[in-house]
Amino acid sequence: MKNNLHGVYIIWYRDILRFWRDRARMFSSMAMPVLYLVVFGTGIASAFKGADFDYIQFMYPGIISMVVVLGSIMSGITVVFDREFGFLKEVLVAPISRTAVAVGKAMGGATIASAQGIVMLVFIPFANVEMSAASGFMLVGLMIVLALSLTSMGLFIASRIRSMEAFQAVMQLLMFPLVFISPVMFPVGTLPGWLATMVKLNPVSYGVDAIRQAVMGVEASTPFGIELFGYRMSIALDVAVVAAFGIIMLLLAIRSFRVQE
Amino acid sequence: MTSIIEVEHLVKKFGDLAAVDDVSFEVEEGEIFGFLGPNGAGKTTTINILCTLMRPTKGRVTLCGHDVARQPNEVRRCVGMVFQDASLDIRLTAMQNLQFHTGVYNVPRDVAKERIRKVLTMVDLWERRNDTVQTYSGGMRRRLEIGRGLLHYPKVLFLDEPTLGLDPQTRFHIWNYIVDLRKRLNITVFLTTHYMDEANVASRIAIIDHGKIIALDTPDALKRMVGGDVITLKTDNPEAAVAELKEQHDIEAQRTSEGIFFEVQNGEEFIPTLVKNFRSGLYSINMRRPTLDDVFMKLTGREIREEGGGEGVLMRQWAMRSARGGKGFH
Repeated sequence: MKNNLHGVYIIWYRDILRFWRDRARMFSSMAMPVLYLVVFGTGIASAFKGADFDYIQFMYPGIISMVVVLGSIMSGITVVFDREFGFLKEVLVAPISRTAVAVGKAMGGATIASAQGIVMLVFIPFANVEMSAASGFMLVGLMIVLALSLTSMGLFIASRIRSMEAFQAVMQLLMFPLVFISPVMFPVGTLPGWLATMVKLNPVSYGVDAIRQAVMGVEASTPFGIELFGYRMSIALDVAVVAAFGIIMLLLAIRSFRVQE
Repeated sequence: MTSIIEVEHLVKKFGDLAAVDDVSFEVEEGEIFGFLGPNGAGKTTTINILCTLMRPTKGRVTLCGHDVARQPNEVRRCVGMVFQDASLDIRLTAMQNLQFHTGVYNVPRDVAKERIRKVLTMVDLWERRNDTVQTYSGGMRRRLEIGRGLLHYPKVLFLDEPTLGLDPQTRFHIWNYIVDLRKRLNITVFLTTHYMDEANVASRIAIIDHGKIIALDTPDALKRMVGGDVITLKTDNPEAAVAELKEQHDIEAQRTSEGIFFEVQNGEEFIPTLVKNFRSGLYSINMRRPTLDDVFMKLTGREIREEGGGEGVLMRQWAMRSARGGKGFH
């Protein structure tokens, strides 16, 4: 057990080290969400100037979530890299359990994705939101939960994929619906039934909802929240959904690492 | 002597294809054991099973007394691996690669520091320890991998085609190094190669073809199977020459890419009689002591390198991989 914990740490540490070596990459993957926030947000906000809410303020937590989600699922690419360059073999013949490998990888990816989310906090003045230190900490915690959950998904997909090209293709196919069929850009309440249902089926939606409640405050975000069976989702319930999804994905990823040949 | 590797009736199937087909052998502690055969013969599959990367379909395999299927972690601790393809993190430095290794093998920190210094000095990379592996040549990467395989003091070191794609000079150095290591650390070495001349360093050699072991003995005993000297002729009419050899000297000669090939006792005395009466036009005659190539030829009727494109293809694959690795991805 102690061995495996140490193994988790080593796997995690390598991912961080590797990321730190080309941290510039971090900013390239954040460019698109930032553009959305600054250009798209400003555009929509000025088109509906008369509305009684601030669109950028609404969109900002969505964009933070988007950064975390994209960073998380893309982190699976490190597994595909390691397979392609052979390093995965070095990992798989090491005397640590496959669970330790998967958990270490998930934690590494989640750390990087959460860090990207935290960098997004520099836009607080731009988005014109006010947050207490307490909700700030809560926000970071929520980002970590969302990141762990989605990295596990990325890991599971990556463990099944043999080539870089295939991984990129699957990601393109997945990322768009995961990010856009969610309350990142628009509230769920006013959507037509079919789309609202799709949004509610997307686990990312609950992460966005929780982060929005932390950023805007529970009260201010209520009109934009998700209602399930007539019940307004609380942060705790959102976290439960995201965590449950993450645990399933992590278990699948571990199993997939185990049967690896 | 006790057996450190025991393989009993090992079978590995991929679908209907048996890549390893009922193989049994034992390797004794401190031995250099060679696994020799053409590409696709089942060498790498066997190694992958021995090092727990693959599960056997059937059969029992134990290393250091641990069953590979039931106690993979114990087995992993007891073996060191040098894979056929590169398995370094080229974006990290040599130092960081080795630290990762001692980390996952749980070597205590202070011990690890000392061992890393020793190993890097041993493979002549201490000066370059803080450079990323990306900047290393193929030979340097190989040396680093061999060094890494030794860091946790394994009892058995696996070398899967350790010199594939390297220039002759580097190959020579690496072999010297391996032989020296075995002497100093009394480590058991299990190696695969399809370079026949390299298998000579082994104390015993198993020749594998189509997933089966077709011979297992010391290099000298294997060479004795060929029986006599090996003569290669080049003529203007190979077919006529083969027929003539059969007719006049009762010799079953084989045609290979190098010419006509056969074995005789007392080659020195045979050549003059052959030349005196030979009707076909002769370009050249070559006589030599038998090599493992000849053993393989004798056992299978084929040259070891003719299958699956042979080493040319492999060299190209390897070169492509290192080239891709060298550039790096973003």
